[in-house]
Parts: sequence; structure tokens; C-alpha cells
Amino acid sequence: MDDFLAARLQMAVSLGFHIIYASIGMTMPFFMFVAELKWLKTGKDVYLQLAKAWSKGVAIFFAIGAVSGTVLSFELGLLWPEFMKHAGPIIGMPFSWEGAAFFIEAIALGLFLYGWKRLNKWVHLGSGLLIGIAGVTSGFFVIAANGWMNSPEGFEWINGRAVNIDPFDAMFNAAWISQSVHMIIAAFAATGFAVAGVHGAILLKHKESQFHKNALRIALTFGAIASLIQPLSGDYSAKDIAKRQPEKLAAMESLFETQEKAPLIIGGIPDAEKKEVKLGIEIPGFLSFLAFGNFNAEVKGLDQIPREDWPPVLLTHISFQIMVLFGMIMAAIAILFLLFRWKWEYLLEKPWWLRILTFATPIGFIALETGWMVTELGRQPWIIYKIMRTKDALTPMPGIVYPLILISIIYLILTFLSVYLMRRQIRYVHEKRLNS
Amino acid sequence: MIILAFIFIGVSMLLYVLLGGADFGAGIIEIFTDKKGVNTISKAIAPVWEANHIWLIVIIVILFNAFPEVYSTITQYLHIPIMLALFGIIFRGTAFTFRYYDPFSDTSHAIYTFIFKLFSVFTPFFLGVTLGAVIFGEINTASGISFYQQYIAPWLNLFSISLGLFIVILFAYLASVYLSGEPADEESNKDFKRLSKLILIALVITGGLVFIIAEFSGLHLLHKFIKSPVSIGCGVFATLLLPAFLIALNRNRASLVRIIAGAQTGAILIGWFAAQFPVLVVLQGSPSLTIYNTVAPDKTLLMMIIALFVGLAFVIPLLFYLFKVFKFSEKTNTDY
Ligand code: HDD
Ligand code: HEM
Ligand code: HEM
Repeated sequence: MDDFLAARLQMAVSLGFHIIYASIGMTMPFFMFVAELKWLKTGKDVYLQLAKAWSKGVAIFFAIGAVSGTVLSFELGLLWPEFMKHAGPIIGMPFSWEGAAFFIEAIALGLFLYGWKRLNKWVHLGSGLLIGIAGVTSGFFVIAANGWMNSPEGFEWINGRAVNIDPFDAMFNAAWISQSVHMIIAAFAATGFAVAGVHGAILLKHKESQFHKNALRIALTFGAIASLIQPLSGDYSAKDIAKRQPEKLAAMESLFETQEKAPLIIGGIPDAEKKEVKLGIEIPGFLSFLAFGNFNAEVKGLDQIPREDWPPVLLTHISFQIMVLFGMIMAAIAILFLLFRWKWEYLLEKPWWLRILTFATPIGFIALETGWMVTELGRQPWIIYKIMRTKDALTPMPGIVYPLILISIIYLILTFLSVYLMRRQIRYVHEKRLNS
Repeated sequence: MIILAFIFIGVSMLLYVLLGGADFGAGIIEIFTDKKGVNTISKAIAPVWEANHIWLIVIIVILFNAFPEVYSTITQYLHIPIMLALFGIIFRGTAFTFRYYDPFSDTSHAIYTFIFKLFSVFTPFFLGVTLGAVIFGEINTASGISFYQQYIAPWLNLFSISLGLFIVILFAYLASVYLSGEPADEESNKDFKRLSKLILIALVITGGLVFIIAEFSGLHLLHKFIKSPVSIGCGVFATLLLPAFLIALNRNRASLVRIIAGAQTGAILIGWFAAQFPVLVVLQGSPSLTIYNTVAPDKTLLMMIIALFVGLAFVIPLLFYLFKVFKFSEKTNTDY
């Protein structure tokens, strides 16, 4: 495998791994917060147990998030030194803020996890909320850096060097808001569905457990609300990239020719050589509408872009289809859930409903990963959009395939281990509750 | 402002060594203690390890923000030892957490413990090797030289290895000092104290070794040290504190012992920075990277420093609170 491909894969593996733990670390504190708040308000012990049980899971996920994040902050230089040499001073500021947010997050986590007996109840509750707020804030800051790669601002590029750097403008780049809002909501949606799915699966076996019923309800409420906002936010993102990165839009929609009344293609396999899409369903005019709010608007196709500047069409297109498909499924489940909660409570306990939720456990995270594939593959071949090519940023060190293999194996093992440990935690909670 | 950025790196490094270092050291000490001691160690680190390690991230962020070429040069040419240290960070952090949170104590606990101990030595060793390579001056940025010369020789040398060893022992020493003051039973406290004396001897020996090897490898560390008055002062100060340390240790003054050990470490670090100033990375065959020839534009520095100060304004009080709740409180029954 050549070093360039290996480096890209290593980046994808490391980020794709980190984002799962980071998303859980950002959103679970809010779930715990609600559980603890309910305990304080109702005095029901089952909520306290829930908050404690969740907090142990969070501690495990958080630790993996922290180590994989540390690895990332070095990997940016290990794999792309030429990129960081120029980008560091421009996007360093959001990273500095992010560092401060991490600190607050880690401290609050320490207080929350180990302070059940030492802190005043309300201070304890507050520390839980603080973890979540600091986590979401740090998420906002990192995405500012990624937004800048998609929409580089705050400097002038002269003779291969950045001059007149303004870190402020760089941080508040055009891509930042749409990306970070969409991502934070995605984290809530994905984590909400995943947590609800796990508790749903357990409820299938232990029908009467109030503990798991409460857990499911809290998690899915977060997940459902987020999943209903997500398509709106996604629509905003799409309109945004239609203006900023037409080649990304063209690749994710497989639009080979510039046209008015551009069709929305659902499904299908694009063939970049023949410039056609096989097996897709076309809805005329809809892409124009989605991108510009007007059925007759002209949408730029890949024909207007030099061949060497095309993003990988096939993968971007498929990833986008998967994200949107799963987003729709999630929104549908969300509507059902809110309806049932409102009118038909008894349906929430039906096995078929719990089975749907169990099946839906991973789909939020799959949508999240494929969404990032759209963003990151759709940015190619640029590491800094229209400024620096990814291949020019690559480290000259040969043999990148070895760290790639090692990192992949390690992360695979960690994935299995964290699942294994979760199962043991769940078993433990069960045995303890049966004995008490 | 450049100096301020430099001081921030120094301070973060000191805090990383003192806090993160003691944390690594606790894992090293575990190799020499019995079950009870292990318990004390786990309880002492668990609430603070995550916060302790963020200092490393702070250092990295300041480097690529304020001295980008230093960051890119180090990550490019020292790819291998850095990657090894990162593997260590992954294994150690997760093994520790898994051990703490796996509710059933069966064989899996023995495995977590083994990994935790092993990588508590491995990780600081490679961090030390990386640091050694940065000082040593065999990093060669020329093109057309062999893989070995470019990516291995800079760190695979006696000096870097001796510095790696020194860092491992320094961390163990810091941990033994902290732990001897942790609320535990008499027995473990005595053990930790005896250990810290032994480790101190080892530390002085390896410290001397680093200087001797440097001399033989043509890196005149001693010479550099003597040229800077600040460095001499720091060296003398750290040495003078040695007897004070032993007295305080014998009289059971736990917090005084911690403060002295911290001051000694601080002195070593400041001495080293002063001897090195303004160089950050020594290169072979081309001018060294200094804080002046790699610095980012003023506006970037200003924004970074503002962010750091505002961040600190939040972090310092919270950090104090965290340590107050967990480290200086009398209650011994930590629950989780
Ligand atoms: C739970 C996850 C999830 C769900 C259900 C959706 N998305 Fe998404 N999407 C993401 C998770 C995500 C993401 C992982 O968070 C991305 C990657 C980068 C980003 O900012 O958000 C993303 C990126 C992303 C982009 C590219 C933005 C850019 O590159 O700047 C577009 C155009 C959309 N999404 C559009 C949609 C639409 C129209 C959806 C309709 C249902 C949708 N997304 C559902
Ligand atoms: C956490 C969610 C993220 C995921 C899943 C993700 C995914 C990916 C993928 C798949 C690639 C490889 C693209 C290719 O080369 O074809 C990539 C590259 C990269 N990403 Fe991201 N990304 C994420 C967030 C970020 C953020 C927040 C940053 C900003 C600092 C970032 C910086 C980079 C860099 C520097 C590269 C390498 C250069 C390149 O391939 O263009 N990523 N990412
Ligand atoms: C969209 C992308 C990302 C999001 C939303 C995100 C969010 C988070 C969050 C919430 C944490 C806290 C730990 C946890 O909850 O598990 C975390 C940890 C961390 N992340 Fe990320 N991250 C992203 C990408 C990145 C990238 C690209 C880098 C590095 C360049 C990075 C560096 C770190 C570091 C260093 C930590 C450890 C902090 C600690 O010790 O607590 N992250 N991330």
C-alpha cells in the first residue's frame, strides 16, 4: 500500500474511532444530569441507580475518548507535517480554546464520578451539567478547525506561505456554524438512539424493569428531538455547501452535468468514467430546490470542475445516501415515539416496538460516520480547500502502513473491549439489583 | 510575547512532569508494592488522571500554534518514538480505567494490571527518548540520506536512552513522594517512604549518567549548564534541597516532602530551559530551531495567549477545588 493511502486511512480510522467516544462523552452527561435531577425531585432511588450506572459507562468511554484524542493531536503532525506547519498558527486558536474546555470537562468529570459522597447534592448535579456543557463547547471549537479546512479564511496565501493571519476570521469561517450545529445534534441523535437501543434490548428480556424503562425514555427523548431537527439542519448544510463547495454537492448527488431543474438522485451507483448513475431514482427539479430553494435554479455539475479536482464520487455519493436514509428512519421512529408518549403509552412496552429500537441501536452512529465521510471525502483532493493539496501535506517518512496496521488492530481491540466491559457492567447492575 | 509563550510551554511542562509524571510513576511504583499499596494507588490517581494528562495536550497545542516549525519538525523526524509513546498512552490509560471499572475481579484484572504496569514504564521512557532526541542534535533535515540516519539515529542513541531512563526514574520518585503522604495504613506509608529513598539514590545516579554520556557523545551539557548563571543556581538549589528532603521525610512531614520534591524538579527543569535558551530543537547540519526563528506572527501569539489566560482563569480555581476535594480531605472512604 502506498504511504499516501495509508496515511489517509490512518487518519480516517483514528478520527472515525475518536468521534464515537467523543459523541458519547459530549451527550451522555446530559442524560445523567436528567436522571440525577429526577432523583433529586422525586426521591426515587431507581433514578439515582440509573445516574450512577450511566456514569460508569461514561467514565470508560471518556477515557478512551481522551487517549484517542491525544493520539489525534500528534497524528496531525505525524502524518501531515506540511499542513500543520502552515495551518497551526491559523487554526491554533480554536484548539487553544478547546484545550481549556477539555480541562474543565475533565475536572468536572472527576468531581462527578468520585464526588457522590463528598459533594453537596446540587454541586454534584452542577458538575454533571458542566461536563456536558464543556464537552459540547470543545466540540464546537474542534469543528471550527475542520470548518476552516473546508472554507479557509483569515489569511492570504502568497508564494506558498500564509501571511496577514487573522485567527479570529479563521475561526469564524463560513462553514463553522452549519457544520458544528449539524454535528452536535448528530451526537445527541446517535447517542440517544444507541442508548435507547441497548436498554430496549434488555427490556425484551426483563419486561418489568422500571430501571430500564426510565433509561430508555430519557435517552430516546433526547434522541427523538435531535433526530427531528437533524433533517432541517442537514438541509441548511446542503444549501451552505451548494454555495461554498459545489464540487462536494455535485459528488454527493452524482451530478455530472451542470443543469437547471437538476434532479435529486435517490440510491444508484455512480460511474465516474462513464459519467452516469446506474439504478438511481431521479426526482426532477428537486436538487435545485434543495440547494437553492427554487426548482429551476442551475446547479453546478462535475463537468465544470477539472478532472483532477474531483472528489471520489462513488464513496461520497453512497455515504450521503446512507446518512440521509438513516436520518429519515430515525425521524420516523422519533415521530412514533413522541406520538406514543403523548397518546398511546401502552404501545411503548410492546415487544415489536422494543425490537425496532434494538435494530436501530447503531444507525445513528452509522449516519454520523457516513456524514463525516461526505464532508471529508467531498473536500478531497484538498486538505485546505483550494489552497493545499492533501498529497502535498504528506509526511515524507516511508512505511506508514505499519503504524496504520497497529493503530487499526489496537482500536479494533478497544472496540471489542469496551463492548465487553459494558456487558459486564450491565450484568453487574442486574445481579446487584436482584440481590437487593 | 514570545517569551510569554515560551514560559507557558515551560510551566505546562513542569505541571505535566509533576502531575502527569507522578501519575505515570504511580504505575511504576505498583511493580514494587503489594495489594494494599495498589489500592492506595488506584484511589489516589483515579479522580485526577484525566486532568493531569491534559497538560501534554496544552504543550502540543502551544507548540503548533506558536512555534509551528518546531511541532512539524519533531513530529516528522521523531515519528517512531512519538508513535511508540502514543501506543503506550493508549494502553496505559485504557488498562487503568478498565481495571477500575470492571466490576468483576477475575483474571481480566490481572491482565489489566500487567498492561498498566508495563506501559507505565514504556510510555515515559519513550517520552524521555523523544526529549533526548530533541536536545541531542542528530535530527538531520537534509534530503537524500538513509532511512536509518533520518528517522532512527536521531533517537536511537545512548544519550536519548539514558534520558528516557532518567525520566522513568524521576516519575517513579515523584510518585513515591506523593504516595507516602496519601491517607493509607501505616504499613504502606512506610513502604512508600523506604522506596522513595531508594529511588532517590537511583535518580542521582542516572542523572549523573546522563551528563557523563552527554560528555562522551560530544554534547557538552555540563559546559552549557555552567555557562548560564540561572542553570548553576538551579543546580545548586536542587542539590541543597536533598538533605532537607531527607530530614522532612524522616520527620513525617508529608506536605513538606511533596513541596521539596516539586521544587527540586522545578529547579532541574528551569535549569535545563535556561541552559537551552533560546533553542528548542537542535539540528544537525543546519541552524537550530529557536523560539525566534520559528515564531508565529504576533496576532496569532496574542490570540493564543488570551485564550490561555482566560482558560486558566477558569481552570485554576476548578483544579484547586478538585485537588482540595480529593487530595487534602481527611475522609478516606472514596466511593465511586
Ligand atoms: C446522526 C447523524 C446524522 C443524520 C441523521 C444526518 N446527518 Fe448530515 N452529517 C452528519 C450527521 C448526520 C455529521 C456526521 O455530523 C456531518 C459530517 C460533518 C458535519 O458537519 O456533519 C454531516 C454532514 C452533512 C453534510 C455535509 C456538510 C458539509 O460538508 O459542510 C450535509 C449536506 C448533510 N450532512 C445533510 C444531511 C441531510 C440532508 C440529512 C437528512 C436527513 C442528514 N444530513 C442527516
Ligand atoms: C471526528 C470526526 C471526523 C471524521 C470521522 C473524519 C473523517 C476523515 C476521513 C474519512 C478522512 C480521510 C479523507 C481522505 O483522505 O480521503 C479525514 C481526513 C482528515 N481530517 Fe477528518 N474527520 C473528522 C473530523 C475532523 C476534524 C474535526 C478535523 C480538524 C482538525 C479533521 C482533520 C482532518 C485532516 C487533517 C485529514 C487529513 C487530510 C485529508 O485527507 O484531507 N477531521 N477525516
Ligand atoms: C468533530 C470532531 C470532534 C469532536 C466533536 C470532538 C469532541 C471531543 C470531546 C467531547 C472530547 C472529550 C473526551 C470524551 O468525551 O471522550 C474529546 C477529547 C479529545 N479530543 Fe476530540 N473531538 C473531535 C475531533 C478531534 C480532533 C480532530 C482532535 C485533534 C486534532 C481532537 C483532540 C482531542 C483530544 C486531545 C482529546 C482529549 C482531551 C482529554 O484528555 O479530555 N479531537 N474530543
